[in-house]
Amino acid sequence: MRYLVILKAQQPDGPPPAELMAAIEALGVEATNAGVLLDVGGLAPSAAGARVELSGGRLNVVDGPFAEAKEMISYAVYQVRSKDEVVEWASRFMKVHRDNWPGWEGDSVISKVFGPEDFAPQQ
Amino acid sequence: MAATDPDHAVQRAVTTAVETVWRIEAPRIIAALTRIVRDVGLAEELAQDTLVIALEQWPARGIPDDPGPWLMATAKHRAIDLVRRRVRYQEKLAEMGRELEIVPESEQDAIDEALDDHVGDDVLRLIFIACHPVLPTEGRTALTLRLLGGLSTEEIARAFLIADTTAGQRIVRAKRTLAAKRVPFELPPPGELPQRLSSVLEVIYLIFNEGYSATAGDDWMRPSLCEEALRLGRLLAGLMPTESEVIGLVALMELQASRLGAREGPGGEPILLGDQDRGRWDRLLIRRGLAAVARAAEIGGVVGPFVLQAEIAACHARARSTAETDWPRIVALYRVLVYIWPSPVAELNLAVAVGMAEGPAKGLQLADTIAASGALDNYPQLPAVRADLLERLGRDAEARSEFARAAALTRNTRERELFLIRSER
Repeated sequence: MRYLVILKAQQPDGPPPAELMAAIEALGVEATNAGVLLDVGGLAPSAAGARVELSGGRLNVVDGPFAEAKEMISYAVYQVRSKDEVVEWASRFMKVHRDNWPGWEGDSVISKVFGPEDFAPQQ
Repeated sequence: MAATDPDHAVQRAVTTAVETVWRIEAPRIIAALTRIVRDVGLAEELAQDTLVIALEQWPARGIPDDPGPWLMATAKHRAIDLVRRRVRYQEKLAEMGRELEIVPESEQDAIDEALDDHVGDDVLRLIFIACHPVLPTEGRTALTLRLLGGLSTEEIARAFLIADTTAGQRIVRAKRTLAAKRVPFELPPPGELPQRLSSVLEVIYLIFNEGYSATAGDDWMRPSLCEEALRLGRLLAGLMPTESEVIGLVALMELQASRLGAREGPGGEPILLGDQDRGRWDRLLIRRGLAAVARAAEIGGVVGPFVLQAEIAACHARARSTAETDWPRIVALYRVLVYIWPSPVAELNLAVAVGMAEGPAKGLQLADTIAASGALDNYPQLPAVRADLLERLGRDAEARSEFARAAALTRNTRERELFLIRSER
Protein backbone atom coordinates (compact mmCIF):
# COMPACT_ATOMS: atom_id res chain seq x y z
CA MET A 1 0.00 0.00 0.00
CA ARG A 2 1.14 3.47 -0.82
CA TYR A 3 1.35 6.54 1.40
CA LEU A 4 2.07 10.18 0.75
CA VAL A 5 3.94 11.89 3.55
CA ILE A 6 4.04 15.68 3.60
CA LEU A 7 6.45 17.35 5.96
CA LYS A 8 5.27 20.62 7.50
CA ALA A 9 7.60 22.61 9.68
CA GLN A 10 8.56 25.81 11.29
CA GLN A 11 12.26 26.11 10.55
CA PRO A 12 14.67 27.98 12.82
CA ASP A 13 16.41 30.86 11.04
CA GLY A 14 19.39 30.01 8.91
CA PRO A 15 20.17 27.11 6.60
CA PRO A 16 19.72 23.52 7.80
CA PRO A 17 22.89 22.06 9.34
CA ALA A 18 25.06 19.96 7.03
CA GLU A 19 24.78 17.03 9.48
CA LEU A 20 21.01 17.08 9.05
CA MET A 21 21.27 16.99 5.28
CA ALA A 22 23.74 14.08 5.49
CA ALA A 23 21.49 12.19 7.91
CA ILE A 24 18.43 12.78 5.73
CA GLU A 25 20.34 11.49 2.73
CA ALA A 26 21.53 8.40 4.59
CA LEU A 27 17.99 7.63 5.73
CA GLY A 28 16.73 8.19 2.18
CA VAL A 29 19.27 5.74 0.81
CA GLU A 30 18.28 3.23 3.49
CA ALA A 31 14.57 3.53 2.68
CA THR A 32 15.22 3.42 -1.07
CA ASN A 33 17.40 0.34 -0.77
CA ALA A 34 14.82 -1.29 1.46
CA GLY A 35 12.49 -0.89 -1.51
CA VAL A 36 9.93 1.29 0.27
CA LEU A 37 10.73 4.88 -0.76
CA LEU A 38 9.32 5.48 -4.25
CA ASP A 39 9.60 9.20 -4.69
CA VAL A 40 10.73 12.20 -2.74
CA GLY A 41 11.06 15.93 -3.36
CA GLY A 42 11.65 19.20 -1.61
CA LEU A 43 9.04 21.96 -1.70
CA ALA A 44 9.90 25.64 -2.06
CA PRO A 45 8.45 28.15 0.43
CA SER A 46 4.82 29.03 -0.22
CA ALA A 47 5.98 32.42 -1.59
CA ALA A 48 6.82 30.49 -4.76
CA GLY A 49 3.39 28.86 -4.94
CA ALA A 50 -0.23 29.80 -5.40
CA ARG A 51 -3.69 28.62 -4.49
CA VAL A 52 -6.61 28.34 -6.90
CA GLU A 53 -9.88 28.41 -4.99
CA LEU A 54 -13.41 27.72 -6.14
CA SER A 55 -16.04 29.01 -3.78
CA GLY A 56 -19.62 30.02 -4.42
CA GLY A 57 -19.05 29.47 -8.12
CA ARG A 58 -16.16 31.94 -8.23
CA LEU A 59 -12.58 31.12 -9.14
CA ASN A 60 -10.00 32.95 -7.12
CA VAL A 61 -6.22 32.74 -7.54
CA VAL A 62 -4.17 33.64 -4.49
CA ASP A 63 -0.40 33.92 -4.75
CA GLY A 64 1.78 32.87 -1.84
CA PRO A 65 3.17 33.35 0.71
CA PHE A 66 0.40 32.06 2.92
CA ALA A 67 -0.01 32.86 6.57
CA GLU A 68 0.13 29.26 7.87
CA ALA A 69 2.38 28.81 10.89
CA LYS A 70 4.08 25.85 9.21
CA GLU A 71 5.36 25.68 5.66
CA MET A 72 5.26 22.52 3.57
CA ILE A 73 8.88 21.44 3.28
CA SER A 74 8.93 18.19 1.36
CA TYR A 75 6.95 15.19 0.25
CA ALA A 76 7.74 11.51 0.06
CA VAL A 77 5.90 8.52 -1.37
CA TYR A 78 6.33 5.19 0.39
CA GLN A 79 5.11 1.73 -0.52
CA VAL A 80 4.89 -0.41 2.59
CA ARG A 81 2.92 -3.32 4.01
CA SER A 82 1.06 -1.45 6.70
CA LYS A 83 0.35 2.00 8.09
CA ASP A 84 2.54 1.14 11.06
CA GLU A 85 5.52 0.76 8.74
CA VAL A 86 5.13 4.19 7.18
CA VAL A 87 4.66 5.64 10.67
CA GLU A 88 7.98 4.05 11.66
CA TRP A 89 9.80 5.50 8.62
CA ALA A 90 8.28 8.93 9.21
CA SER A 91 9.28 8.75 12.88
CA ARG A 92 12.85 7.97 11.90
CA PHE A 93 12.76 10.99 9.60
CA MET A 94 11.54 13.22 12.42
CA LYS A 95 14.17 11.87 14.84
CA VAL A 96 16.88 12.78 12.35
CA HIS A 97 15.61 16.38 12.54
CA ARG A 98 15.39 16.35 16.33
CA ASP A 99 18.94 15.05 16.64
CA ASN A 100 20.49 17.43 14.11
CA TRP A 101 18.63 20.73 14.21
CA PRO A 102 17.84 22.10 17.71
CA GLY A 103 14.68 24.18 17.80
CA TRP A 104 13.18 22.55 14.72
CA GLU A 105 9.48 21.70 15.02
CA GLY A 106 7.21 20.08 12.52
CA ASP A 107 4.80 17.32 11.58
CA SER A 108 4.77 14.56 9.02
CA VAL A 109 1.25 14.24 7.69
CA ILE A 110 0.66 10.71 6.43
CA SER A 111 -2.06 10.10 3.85
CA LYS A 112 -2.94 6.78 2.33
CA VAL A 113 -3.16 6.68 -1.45
CA PHE A 114 -6.04 4.49 -2.58
CA GLY A 115 -4.79 1.27 -4.12
CA PRO A 116 -6.16 -1.95 -5.58
CA GLU A 117 -6.42 -3.31 -2.01
CA ASP A 118 -9.10 -0.71 -1.28
CA PHE A 119 -11.30 -1.94 -4.11
CA ALA A 120 -11.45 -5.67 -3.57
CA PRO A 121 -13.59 -7.20 -6.29
CA GLN A 122 -17.04 -8.31 -5.16
CA GLN A 123 -17.18 -12.06 -5.03
CA MET B 1 -13.61 -2.98 28.82
CA ALA B 2 -10.28 -4.03 27.41
CA ALA B 3 -10.25 -1.45 24.62
CA THR B 4 -10.46 1.49 27.03
CA ASP B 5 -8.03 0.10 29.59
CA PRO B 6 -4.99 2.42 29.29
CA ASP B 7 -2.48 -0.30 30.22
CA HIS B 8 -3.94 -2.52 27.59
CA ALA B 9 -3.78 0.26 25.00
CA VAL B 10 -0.12 0.98 25.84
CA GLN B 11 0.69 -2.69 25.70
CA ARG B 12 -0.95 -2.97 22.29
CA ALA B 13 0.84 0.11 20.94
CA VAL B 14 4.19 -1.27 22.06
CA THR B 15 3.45 -4.67 20.58
CA THR B 16 2.59 -3.03 17.26
CA ALA B 17 5.76 -0.95 17.37
CA VAL B 18 7.93 -3.98 18.13
CA GLU B 19 6.37 -6.02 15.36
CA THR B 20 6.64 -3.18 12.85
CA VAL B 21 10.31 -2.47 13.53
CA TRP B 22 10.87 -6.19 13.54
CA ARG B 23 9.29 -6.56 10.11
CA ILE B 24 11.41 -3.78 8.69
CA GLU B 25 14.64 -5.03 10.23
CA ALA B 26 14.18 -8.83 10.12
CA PRO B 27 16.04 -9.51 6.84
CA ARG B 28 19.08 -7.53 7.99
CA ILE B 29 19.08 -9.16 11.41
CA ILE B 30 18.67 -12.68 10.02
CA ALA B 31 21.40 -11.97 7.46
CA ALA B 32 23.82 -10.68 10.09
CA LEU B 33 23.10 -13.64 12.37
CA THR B 34 23.59 -16.10 9.52
CA ARG B 35 27.08 -14.74 9.00
CA ILE B 36 27.84 -15.42 12.67
CA VAL B 37 26.22 -18.83 13.16
CA ARG B 38 26.40 -20.04 9.52
CA ASP B 39 22.94 -21.58 9.53
CA VAL B 40 19.80 -19.78 8.33
CA GLY B 41 17.48 -21.90 10.43
CA LEU B 42 19.40 -21.18 13.62
CA ALA B 43 19.76 -17.52 12.64
CA GLU B 44 16.03 -17.19 12.22
CA GLU B 45 15.41 -18.81 15.61
CA LEU B 46 17.86 -16.44 17.28
CA ALA B 47 16.21 -13.53 15.53
CA GLN B 48 12.81 -14.67 16.77
CA ASP B 49 14.25 -14.89 20.30
CA THR B 50 15.28 -11.26 19.94
CA LEU B 51 11.75 -10.32 18.99
CA VAL B 52 10.51 -12.07 22.13
CA ILE B 53 13.05 -10.17 24.26
CA ALA B 54 11.85 -6.88 22.77
CA LEU B 55 8.22 -7.81 23.42
CA GLU B 56 9.13 -8.54 27.05
CA GLN B 57 11.32 -5.50 27.71
CA TRP B 58 9.89 -2.63 25.67
CA PRO B 59 6.50 -2.37 27.41
CA ALA B 60 8.24 -1.93 30.78
CA ARG B 61 11.26 0.15 29.75
CA GLY B 62 9.73 2.00 26.84
CA ILE B 63 10.56 1.72 23.16
CA PRO B 64 14.24 2.48 22.61
CA ASP B 65 15.03 5.60 20.67
CA ASP B 66 16.70 3.61 17.93
CA PRO B 67 14.69 0.39 17.89
CA GLY B 68 16.32 -1.03 14.75
CA PRO B 69 19.91 -0.89 16.04
CA TRP B 70 18.69 -2.11 19.45
CA LEU B 71 17.24 -5.25 17.88
CA MET B 72 20.37 -5.78 15.80
CA ALA B 73 22.74 -5.37 18.77
CA THR B 74 20.66 -7.66 20.99
CA ALA B 75 20.46 -10.29 18.29
CA LYS B 76 24.22 -10.17 17.66
CA HIS B 77 24.97 -10.57 21.36
CA ARG B 78 22.85 -13.67 21.53
CA ALA B 79 24.50 -15.13 18.45
CA ILE B 80 27.97 -14.40 19.75
CA ASP B 81 27.10 -15.98 23.12
CA LEU B 82 25.96 -19.05 21.28
CA VAL B 83 29.17 -19.23 19.26
CA ARG B 84 31.25 -18.78 22.45
CA ARG B 85 29.37 -21.62 24.12
CA ARG B 86 30.00 -23.76 21.07
CA VAL B 87 33.71 -22.92 21.14
CA ARG B 88 33.91 -23.82 24.82
CA TYR B 89 32.05 -27.03 24.11
CA GLN B 90 34.49 -27.86 21.34
CA GLU B 91 37.40 -27.10 23.67
CA LYS B 92 35.93 -29.41 26.27
CA LEU B 93 35.59 -32.09 23.65
CA ALA B 94 39.22 -31.52 22.69
CA GLU B 95 40.31 -31.88 26.31
CA MET B 96 38.54 -35.18 26.36
CA GLY B 97 40.70 -36.20 23.42
CA ARG B 98 38.09 -36.01 20.74
CA GLU B 99 38.51 -34.60 17.23
CA LEU B 100 37.72 -30.95 16.72
CA GLU B 101 35.00 -30.49 14.23
CA ILE B 102 35.15 -26.75 14.18
CA VAL B 103 38.42 -24.91 14.53
CA PRO B 104 38.02 -22.44 17.40
CA GLU B 105 40.10 -19.78 15.59
CA SER B 106 37.63 -19.64 12.76
CA GLU B 107 34.83 -19.12 15.26
CA GLN B 108 36.83 -16.36 16.89
CA ASP B 109 37.17 -14.81 13.45
CA ALA B 110 33.43 -15.05 13.08
CA ILE B 111 32.97 -13.18 16.35
CA ASP B 112 35.45 -10.49 15.33
CA GLU B 113 33.89 -10.22 11.93
CA ALA B 114 30.43 -9.99 13.46
CA LEU B 115 31.40 -6.75 15.13
CA ASP B 116 32.17 -5.17 11.75
CA ASP B 117 29.40 -3.60 9.77
CA HIS B 118 28.44 -5.41 6.63
CA VAL B 119 24.71 -5.19 6.64
CA GLY B 120 24.12 -4.71 2.91
CA ASP B 121 26.53 -7.46 1.99
CA ASP B 122 24.88 -9.85 4.42
CA VAL B 123 21.41 -9.24 3.01
CA LEU B 124 22.75 -9.87 -0.49
CA ARG B 125 24.31 -13.14 0.66
CA LEU B 126 21.03 -14.08 2.32
CA ILE B 127 19.21 -13.58 -0.99
CA PHE B 128 21.70 -15.82 -2.76
CA ILE B 129 21.45 -18.52 -0.12
CA ALA B 130 17.62 -18.45 -0.10
CA CYS B 131 17.63 -18.85 -3.91
CA HIS B 132 20.37 -21.49 -3.96
CA PRO B 133 20.11 -24.10 -6.75
CA VAL B 134 20.26 -27.00 -4.24
CA LEU B 135 16.70 -26.06 -3.33
CA PRO B 136 13.67 -26.84 -5.47
CA THR B 137 12.02 -23.74 -6.93
CA GLU B 138 9.11 -23.82 -4.48
CA GLY B 139 11.57 -24.07 -1.59
CA ARG B 140 13.47 -21.06 -2.91
CA THR B 141 10.29 -19.04 -3.24
CA ALA B 142 8.99 -19.90 0.22
CA LEU B 143 12.34 -19.28 1.90
CA THR B 144 12.82 -15.93 0.12
CA LEU B 145 9.39 -14.73 1.20
CA ARG B 146 10.04 -15.95 4.71
CA LEU B 147 13.58 -14.67 5.31
CA LEU B 148 13.61 -11.55 3.13
CA GLY B 149 9.96 -10.67 2.88
CA GLY B 150 9.26 -11.41 6.53
CA LEU B 151 6.04 -13.18 5.55
CA SER B 152 4.58 -15.63 8.01
CA THR B 153 4.00 -19.26 7.09
CA GLU B 154 0.25 -18.53 6.89
CA GLU B 155 0.80 -15.59 4.54
CA ILE B 156 2.98 -17.70 2.26
CA ALA B 157 0.38 -20.47 2.29
CA ARG B 158 -2.36 -17.99 1.39
CA ALA B 159 -0.26 -16.45 -1.39
CA PHE B 160 0.28 -19.80 -3.08
CA LEU B 161 -3.06 -21.35 -2.17
CA ILE B 162 -1.46 -24.19 -0.30
CA ALA B 163 -2.10 -25.59 3.16
CA ASP B 164 -0.29 -23.95 6.08
CA THR B 165 1.40 -27.24 6.83
CA THR B 166 2.65 -27.52 3.24
CA ALA B 167 4.12 -24.03 3.36
CA GLY B 168 5.70 -24.80 6.72
CA GLN B 169 7.21 -28.03 5.42
CA ARG B 170 8.68 -26.26 2.39
CA ILE B 171 10.42 -23.75 4.63
CA VAL B 172 11.69 -26.32 7.10
CA ARG B 173 12.90 -28.61 4.35
CA ALA B 174 14.67 -25.76 2.58
CA LYS B 175 16.50 -24.74 5.75
CA ARG B 176 17.48 -28.34 6.45
CA THR B 177 18.75 -28.84 2.92
CA LEU B 178 20.94 -25.75 3.15
CA ALA B 179 22.37 -27.01 6.45
CA ALA B 180 22.78 -30.61 5.29
CA LYS B 181 24.52 -29.62 2.07
CA ARG B 182 26.65 -27.15 4.01
CA VAL B 183 25.86 -24.37 1.59
CA PRO B 184 28.31 -21.62 2.48
CA PHE B 185 27.00 -18.17 3.38
CA GLU B 186 28.90 -16.32 0.69
CA LEU B 187 28.46 -14.61 -2.61
CA PRO B 188 28.98 -16.88 -5.61
CA PRO B 189 32.44 -16.63 -7.23
CA PRO B 190 32.49 -14.26 -10.23
CA GLY B 191 32.40 -17.16 -12.69
CA GLU B 192 29.16 -18.49 -11.20
CA LEU B 193 27.53 -15.14 -10.60
CA PRO B 194 25.43 -14.86 -13.79
CA GLN B 195 23.93 -18.32 -13.34
CA ARG B 196 23.25 -17.88 -9.63
CA LEU B 197 21.92 -14.38 -10.13
CA SER B 198 19.48 -15.61 -12.73
CA SER B 199 18.09 -18.04 -10.14
CA VAL B 200 17.54 -15.09 -7.76
CA LEU B 201 15.86 -13.02 -10.47
CA GLU B 202 13.65 -15.94 -11.48
CA VAL B 203 12.43 -16.42 -7.92
CA ILE B 204 11.53 -12.74 -7.53
CA TYR B 205 9.79 -12.66 -10.91
CA LEU B 206 7.94 -15.84 -10.09
CA ILE B 207 6.58 -14.21 -6.94
CA PHE B 208 5.57 -11.18 -8.98
CA ASN B 209 3.84 -13.28 -11.60
CA GLU B 210 1.96 -15.29 -9.03
CA GLY B 211 0.48 -11.97 -7.93
CA TYR B 212 0.08 -10.55 -11.43
CA SER B 213 -1.82 -13.43 -12.95
CA ALA B 214 -2.49 -16.10 -10.44
CA THR B 215 -2.23 -19.54 -12.01
CA ALA B 216 -5.15 -20.75 -9.92
CA GLY B 217 -7.85 -19.58 -7.61
CA ASP B 218 -10.73 -17.14 -7.60
CA ASP B 219 -8.81 -13.86 -7.82
CA TRP B 220 -7.16 -12.97 -11.05
CA MET B 221 -4.50 -10.96 -9.26
CA ARG B 222 -2.98 -10.74 -5.83
CA PRO B 223 -1.50 -7.23 -5.80
CA SER B 224 0.16 -7.62 -2.40
CA LEU B 225 2.34 -10.37 -3.85
CA CYS B 226 3.32 -8.05 -6.71
CA GLU B 227 4.20 -5.38 -4.17
CA GLU B 228 6.30 -7.85 -2.21
CA ALA B 229 8.20 -8.92 -5.34
CA LEU B 230 8.74 -5.29 -6.28
CA ARG B 231 10.10 -4.55 -2.83
CA LEU B 232 12.48 -7.52 -3.07
CA GLY B 233 13.54 -6.42 -6.56
CA ARG B 234 14.18 -2.86 -5.44
CA LEU B 235 16.11 -4.20 -2.44
CA LEU B 236 18.26 -6.29 -4.78
CA ALA B 237 18.76 -3.32 -7.11
CA GLY B 238 19.96 -1.28 -4.15
CA LEU B 239 22.52 -3.99 -3.38
CA MET B 240 23.59 -4.63 -6.99
CA PRO B 241 23.14 -1.27 -8.71
CA THR B 242 25.47 -2.10 -11.60
CA GLU B 243 23.91 -5.39 -12.74
CA SER B 244 21.81 -4.54 -15.76
CA GLU B 245 19.60 -7.63 -15.44
CA VAL B 246 18.69 -6.71 -11.86
CA ILE B 247 17.73 -3.21 -12.97
CA GLY B 248 15.93 -4.75 -15.96
CA LEU B 249 13.85 -6.98 -13.70
CA VAL B 250 12.88 -4.04 -11.50
CA ALA B 251 12.00 -1.98 -14.58
CA LEU B 252 9.88 -4.82 -15.93
CA MET B 253 8.00 -5.23 -12.65
CA GLU B 254 7.46 -1.48 -12.18
CA LEU B 255 6.04 -1.20 -15.71
CA GLN B 256 3.83 -4.25 -15.40
CA ALA B 257 2.64 -3.18 -11.96
CA SER B 258 1.73 0.24 -13.38
CA ARG B 259 -1.16 -1.53 -15.16
CA LEU B 260 -2.51 -3.33 -12.09
CA GLY B 261 -5.30 -0.82 -11.47
CA ALA B 262 -6.48 -1.05 -15.07
CA ARG B 263 -6.35 -4.81 -15.45
CA GLU B 264 -9.48 -5.61 -13.53
CA GLY B 265 -13.07 -4.50 -13.98
CA PRO B 266 -15.43 -3.58 -11.15
CA GLY B 267 -16.59 -7.20 -10.84
CA GLY B 268 -13.04 -8.56 -10.74
CA GLU B 269 -13.08 -9.54 -14.40
CA PRO B 270 -9.79 -9.32 -16.31
CA ILE B 271 -9.27 -6.47 -18.77
CA LEU B 272 -6.61 -7.26 -21.35
CA LEU B 273 -3.90 -4.84 -22.44
CA GLY B 274 -5.65 -3.64 -25.59
CA ASP B 275 -8.86 -2.77 -23.73
CA GLN B 276 -7.33 -1.08 -20.70
CA ASP B 277 -8.07 2.53 -19.80
CA ARG B 278 -4.52 3.85 -19.99
CA GLY B 279 -5.52 6.83 -17.89
CA ARG B 280 -5.63 4.39 -14.99
CA TRP B 281 -2.04 3.29 -15.44
CA ASP B 282 0.11 4.37 -12.55
CA ARG B 283 2.24 7.32 -13.71
CA LEU B 284 4.69 7.09 -10.83
CA LEU B 285 5.47 3.45 -11.55
CA ILE B 286 5.76 4.16 -15.28
CA ARG B 287 8.20 6.97 -14.57
CA ARG B 288 10.24 4.74 -12.28
CA GLY B 289 10.10 1.89 -14.80
CA LEU B 290 11.20 4.00 -17.74
CA ALA B 291 14.01 5.50 -15.64
CA ALA B 292 15.16 1.99 -14.75
CA VAL B 293 15.06 0.93 -18.42
CA ALA B 294 17.28 3.91 -19.24
CA ARG B 295 19.64 3.03 -16.38
CA ALA B 296 19.90 -0.58 -17.56
CA ALA B 297 20.79 0.68 -21.04
CA GLU B 298 23.44 2.96 -19.52
CA ILE B 299 25.01 0.06 -17.65
CA GLY B 300 25.19 -1.80 -20.97
CA GLY B 301 27.04 -5.09 -21.22
CA VAL B 302 25.40 -8.25 -22.45
CA VAL B 303 21.66 -7.71 -22.87
CA GLY B 304 19.67 -10.26 -20.89
CA PRO B 305 16.08 -11.45 -20.96
CA PHE B 306 14.83 -9.09 -18.25
CA VAL B 307 16.26 -5.97 -19.86
CA LEU B 308 14.65 -7.05 -23.15
CA GLN B 309 11.28 -7.71 -21.55
CA ALA B 310 11.51 -4.36 -19.76
CA GLU B 311 12.18 -2.66 -23.12
CA ILE B 312 9.05 -4.35 -24.47
CA ALA B 313 7.00 -3.23 -21.47
CA ALA B 314 8.40 0.28 -21.99
CA CYS B 315 7.00 0.29 -25.56
CA HIS B 316 3.53 -0.33 -24.12
CA ALA B 317 4.02 2.25 -21.36
CA ARG B 318 5.03 4.96 -23.84
CA ALA B 319 2.08 4.33 -26.19
CA ARG B 320 -1.13 6.26 -25.73
CA SER B 321 -3.18 3.46 -27.31
CA THR B 322 -2.85 -0.03 -28.79
CA ALA B 323 -2.82 1.52 -32.27
CA GLU B 324 -0.03 3.94 -31.38
CA THR B 325 2.15 1.17 -29.96
CA ASP B 326 5.49 0.66 -31.67
CA TRP B 327 4.68 -2.95 -32.66
CA PRO B 328 7.60 -3.33 -35.12
CA ARG B 329 10.00 -2.50 -32.27
CA ILE B 330 8.22 -4.99 -30.02
CA VAL B 331 8.54 -7.66 -32.71
CA ALA B 332 12.25 -6.90 -33.06
CA LEU B 333 12.74 -7.12 -29.29
CA TYR B 334 10.84 -10.42 -29.06
CA ARG B 335 12.94 -11.84 -31.91
CA VAL B 336 16.10 -11.07 -29.90
CA LEU B 337 14.47 -12.48 -26.77
CA VAL B 338 13.50 -15.73 -28.49
CA TYR B 339 17.06 -15.97 -29.83
CA ILE B 340 18.91 -15.44 -26.53
CA TRP B 341 16.33 -17.08 -24.26
CA PRO B 342 14.36 -19.56 -26.31
CA SER B 343 11.03 -20.45 -24.76
CA PRO B 344 7.69 -21.37 -26.27
CA VAL B 345 5.98 -18.69 -24.16
CA ALA B 346 8.27 -15.99 -25.59
CA GLU B 347 7.54 -17.37 -29.07
CA LEU B 348 3.83 -17.11 -28.38
CA ASN B 349 4.27 -13.47 -27.36
CA LEU B 350 6.23 -12.94 -30.58
CA ALA B 351 3.25 -14.38 -32.47
CA VAL B 352 0.95 -11.85 -30.76
CA ALA B 353 3.29 -8.96 -31.63
CA VAL B 354 3.66 -10.14 -35.23
CA GLY B 355 -0.12 -10.35 -35.39
CA MET B 356 -0.26 -6.67 -34.45
CA ALA B 357 2.66 -5.46 -36.58
CA GLU B 358 2.21 -7.57 -39.71
CA GLY B 359 -1.39 -8.72 -39.54
CA PRO B 360 -3.28 -11.64 -37.96
CA ALA B 361 -2.43 -14.11 -40.74
CA LYS B 362 1.31 -13.84 -40.08
CA GLY B 363 0.72 -14.07 -36.34
CA LEU B 364 -1.46 -17.14 -36.73
CA GLN B 365 1.19 -18.84 -38.83
CA LEU B 366 3.65 -18.52 -35.92
CA ALA B 367 1.07 -19.58 -33.34
CA ASP B 368 0.22 -22.66 -35.45
CA THR B 369 3.90 -23.64 -35.56
CA ILE B 370 4.03 -23.50 -31.76
CA ALA B 371 0.79 -25.50 -31.53
CA ALA B 372 2.21 -28.13 -33.89
CA SER B 373 5.34 -28.49 -31.71
CA GLY B 374 3.12 -29.57 -28.81
CA ALA B 375 5.27 -27.60 -26.36
CA LEU B 376 2.33 -25.60 -24.98
CA ASP B 377 -0.41 -28.23 -25.17
CA ASN B 378 -1.75 -27.45 -21.72
CA TYR B 379 -1.11 -23.72 -21.75
CA PRO B 380 -4.44 -21.84 -21.91
CA GLN B 381 -2.90 -18.74 -23.49
CA LEU B 382 -2.04 -20.65 -26.68
CA PRO B 383 -5.63 -21.37 -27.73
CA ALA B 384 -6.57 -17.89 -26.47
CA VAL B 385 -4.02 -16.24 -28.73
CA ARG B 386 -5.03 -18.43 -31.68
CA ALA B 387 -8.69 -17.62 -31.00
CA ASP B 388 -7.98 -13.90 -31.01
CA LEU B 389 -6.10 -14.08 -34.30
CA LEU B 390 -8.78 -16.31 -35.88
CA GLU B 391 -11.44 -13.83 -34.77
CA ARG B 392 -9.58 -10.99 -36.44
CA LEU B 393 -9.38 -13.09 -39.62
CA GLY B 394 -13.15 -13.53 -39.52
CA ARG B 395 -12.91 -17.27 -38.83
CA ASP B 396 -15.46 -16.99 -36.04
CA ALA B 397 -16.44 -20.62 -35.61
CA GLU B 398 -12.82 -21.71 -35.14
CA ALA B 399 -12.23 -18.75 -32.82
CA ARG B 400 -15.15 -19.79 -30.61
CA SER B 401 -13.94 -23.33 -30.25
CA GLU B 402 -10.42 -22.13 -29.42
CA PHE B 403 -11.76 -19.81 -26.70
CA ALA B 404 -13.73 -22.77 -25.30
CA ARG B 405 -10.50 -24.78 -25.24
CA ALA B 406 -8.70 -21.97 -23.42
CA ALA B 407 -11.55 -21.85 -20.89
CA ALA B 408 -11.25 -25.58 -20.28
CA LEU B 409 -7.48 -25.34 -19.74
CA THR B 410 -7.21 -22.41 -17.34
CA ARG B 411 -7.30 -23.01 -13.61
CA ASN B 412 -8.13 -19.38 -12.87
CA THR B 413 -11.82 -18.71 -12.39
CA ARG B 414 -11.76 -15.11 -13.66
CA GLU B 415 -9.83 -16.01 -16.75
CA ARG B 416 -12.19 -18.89 -17.48
CA GLU B 417 -15.17 -16.53 -17.34
CA LEU B 418 -13.49 -14.19 -19.80
CA PHE B 419 -12.70 -16.99 -22.24
CA LEU B 420 -16.23 -18.38 -21.94
CA ILE B 421 -17.79 -15.01 -22.72
CA ARG B 422 -15.63 -14.70 -25.80
CA SER B 423 -16.39 -18.27 -26.87
CA GLU B 424 -20.08 -17.43 -26.86
CA ARG B 425 -20.11 -14.18 -28.78
